[in-house]
Amino acid sequence: MSDLQSPASTGTAGKASDDAPVKATAGGDAPSGPAKTGRSFLPESTLLRHLLVLAACAVLAVAVLELTSPFQNSQLAQLTYYAIAAGGLTVLTGMNGQISLGHGALMAAGAYTTALLLDADEPLPLPVILLAAVVVATAIGALVGVAAARLHGPYLAGATLALAVGLPGLAIYFHDIFGGEQGMRVRAPQAPEWFEGFIDAVSGNSASSTKWLAYVGTICLLITYFFLANLIRSRVGRTWRAVRDQEVAAELAGINLGAWRVLAFVVSAAAAGLAGGVLAIVVRLAAPSGFTIVLSLALLTAIVIGGLGSLVGALIGSALLVFLPPFVTNLGGDFGLNQTEAAQLAPFVYGVVLIVVMIFVPAGFVGTIRLRWMTRKAKRAMAQAQAAGASRG
Amino acid sequence: MTALAAATVASTVAACGGSDDSGGGTGAGGGGGENEASDTGVTETSITLGSHYPLTGVAAPGYSEIPTGVQAYFECLNQEGGVYDREIEFIYRDDAYNPTQTSQVTNELVLEDEIFAMMSGLGTPTHSAVVDFLNDEGVPDLFVSSGSLMWGDDPETYPMSFGWQTDYMSEGKIIGEYIAENFPDAQVGLFLQDDDFGEDGEAGIRQYIDDQIVAAERYTPGNTNVGPQIAALQAAGADFVVGFNVPSYTALSQLTALQLGYDPQWFYSNVGSDPTLVGGLLNRFSEGAVSDASLLDGALTTGYLPTVDMTDNPWITEFQRIWDECGGEGELTNYRVYGMAQAYTMTQALQAAGQNPTREGLVEAVETAGADWEGPVFAPFRYSEDSHMGTSGMTIERIVGNGSEEVQPVRITDIGDAPIEEFDGEQATPPANAIPDEESVVD
Repeated sequence: MSDLQSPASTGTAGKASDDAPVKATAGGDAPSGPAKTGRSFLPESTLLRHLLVLAACAVLAVAVLELTSPFQNSQLAQLTYYAIAAGGLTVLTGMNGQISLGHGALMAAGAYTTALLLDADEPLPLPVILLAAVVVATAIGALVGVAAARLHGPYLAGATLALAVGLPGLAIYFHDIFGGEQGMRVRAPQAPEWFEGFIDAVSGNSASSTKWLAYVGTICLLITYFFLANLIRSRVGRTWRAVRDQEVAAELAGINLGAWRVLAFVVSAAAAGLAGGVLAIVVRLAAPSGFTIVLSLALLTAIVIGGLGSLVGALIGSALLVFLPPFVTNLGGDFGLNQTEAAQLAPFVYGVVLIVVMIFVPAGFVGTIRLRWMTRKAKRAMAQAQAAGASRG
Repeated sequence: MTALAAATVASTVAACGGSDDSGGGTGAGGGGGENEASDTGVTETSITLGSHYPLTGVAAPGYSEIPTGVQAYFECLNQEGGVYDREIEFIYRDDAYNPTQTSQVTNELVLEDEIFAMMSGLGTPTHSAVVDFLNDEGVPDLFVSSGSLMWGDDPETYPMSFGWQTDYMSEGKIIGEYIAENFPDAQVGLFLQDDDFGEDGEAGIRQYIDDQIVAAERYTPGNTNVGPQIAALQAAGADFVVGFNVPSYTALSQLTALQLGYDPQWFYSNVGSDPTLVGGLLNRFSEGAVSDASLLDGALTTGYLPTVDMTDNPWITEFQRIWDECGGEGELTNYRVYGMAQAYTMTQALQAAGQNPTREGLVEAVETAGADWEGPVFAPFRYSEDSHMGTSGMTIERIVGNGSEEVQPVRITDIGDAPIEEFDGEQATPPANAIPDEESVVD
């Protein structure tokens, strides 16, 4: 299967890096834990290892959220919904090789579901509502996935593009239910009492609604990434990679290509639905203008910049989406641009960053770092083998 | 008045002495007290205000000029000593007319920049994404740049939010009454933006000419083909078309009608009728085939503010001076006049909120004194504890060249079935340097 192609196992990095798809997704193909040859304190079992990482990340997240200002809390809340959707998309694109330009629309499905359910007089508990957002987006994803399984490359991109353009239009057509162009305002759920107690015990900070939303987003993000990481490292992930890299071989091995592609689409749609639900409560609005094709493209850019197929890469790419524009705008202001010019600078710099990444780190940030690391390891292994061979000879 | 004059003198003295930071402490005149950092965004020497506008993207033409007008006005105001010897700092951020981004930049303004109040945030869908947040956080949300009823008709739900311009429903009523009286035989077609803007306008106009309306066509912003809508209006036999649409759709509707050989009497609501901007858009959309706003000649529109072509209007003279002295590049435009007029009302509000303003005090000041404020707008504001609606009336004008001539003087009304009345007041003349002089109404 595809693992046989990865540079680490072939040991011929030069040859492997000529192989574009493998190089582009190198980030995702690398093992999540240390290679078996290295010494490690982490458990062998993938699930246990990921549970440990999850616990560590949860502690880290609480520390980050408590050490940052309320505004940075709100930026982190933003980061979570981009990262959840990007994580799902990177599974689809990086693991399974399908390109979707329609994930913004799947987020819209999640956001509108959340908005509708929160609009009720006695809204359901938040976890149930977010779960409903996942279910609705999953259902739509399954429908699209069935069509998508028959399509490839640009054809699939075109079909999902239609989804991105068409689905928000439904909100306008069914004006009375979805509020038309103006969308539905979302009353952000209030923090429960135990949350205030928890924050008080952890840091002594006050528990604002911004902080609560940032925590909700973070919890969703951690759960999503935990699930996705386990999927990627399981038989499912390996099969997806096989379908991506060696279609014919995979089919000969008895893999039903279509079914596995639909599954990948459904999983990533579920993530997009959750992301949409989080977006709705963080932004407090579900409106068609929030889910334009620009959103879908931004998600795709995020995973490409971060490194296809890598969850860490999706997180880094999302962080760039959130933090780069205000950073550039403020930098422009410091350099004496007026606020309009500074605002116009942000999309420009974003474009430049994208071009520079494509030229100099074509496998994305994480992909490139992992590729370097694997190349060096392979070289060392080869040198050792040669040395062993020489001493024997 | 005396307080402000004394403050002005003090700040001038301080400035002459070459010391900026001594101004705050010594600036309190008349009333006696000292400037204190009385609330978030208020220091001894400054008040920070924030806003969101589309500076990039499809809605940027025209609208992105509004903050430059606001900025220029505050710049000149600061040179004259600001408000109670405090400089006004105005921070505006780009939301690209995307509600998700509005929510992000508003978080930044409120939580990071720590603004005292939001001022003039632009757009109905964009601002509705943040109206809950601003009210929950207790941030005054003054003079939203949109005529939706949402910012003013329900102060109980949104106690911190205030409208400013004439709302779309009142505008529709005044247009409807005008048509009923002057074009009783016209077959009226409506060309409506498919949101609150078109809905409120339609509700207003139908109160007067429901039986004259032969068709109501809606467009979705973003969809640039309005052929079906214009053709439907033509097919319905409408010889008088009222558009509640934004400027780019004025241009699109004109070009489409030209292609279809359709030539009704046009009436564009105030939002969509700026001839300079529409002329530029026509030029761009038609790739030069139509080079200016001549297609609009003879179209009717409404007005609640003097426009740049009224060069002998004393407000325009003052605003022109302010733009020349304190503005940036480019000409004074109607959008910049709009921004300056809002900044003028904002200055009145800050003065009325007293020497050491608080957020609650600012809201209280607008509710108590706002209805009496005079300024560049043609008609009085409706501010009270029960209504946060902005200015109440409009003129009817005919577009000629890049300007307009009045065909009906200001008439005023309110939302719901409030009657329309002639406005018997006169437009105020600007005070010295176009800087208002309101007394504090807050203890």
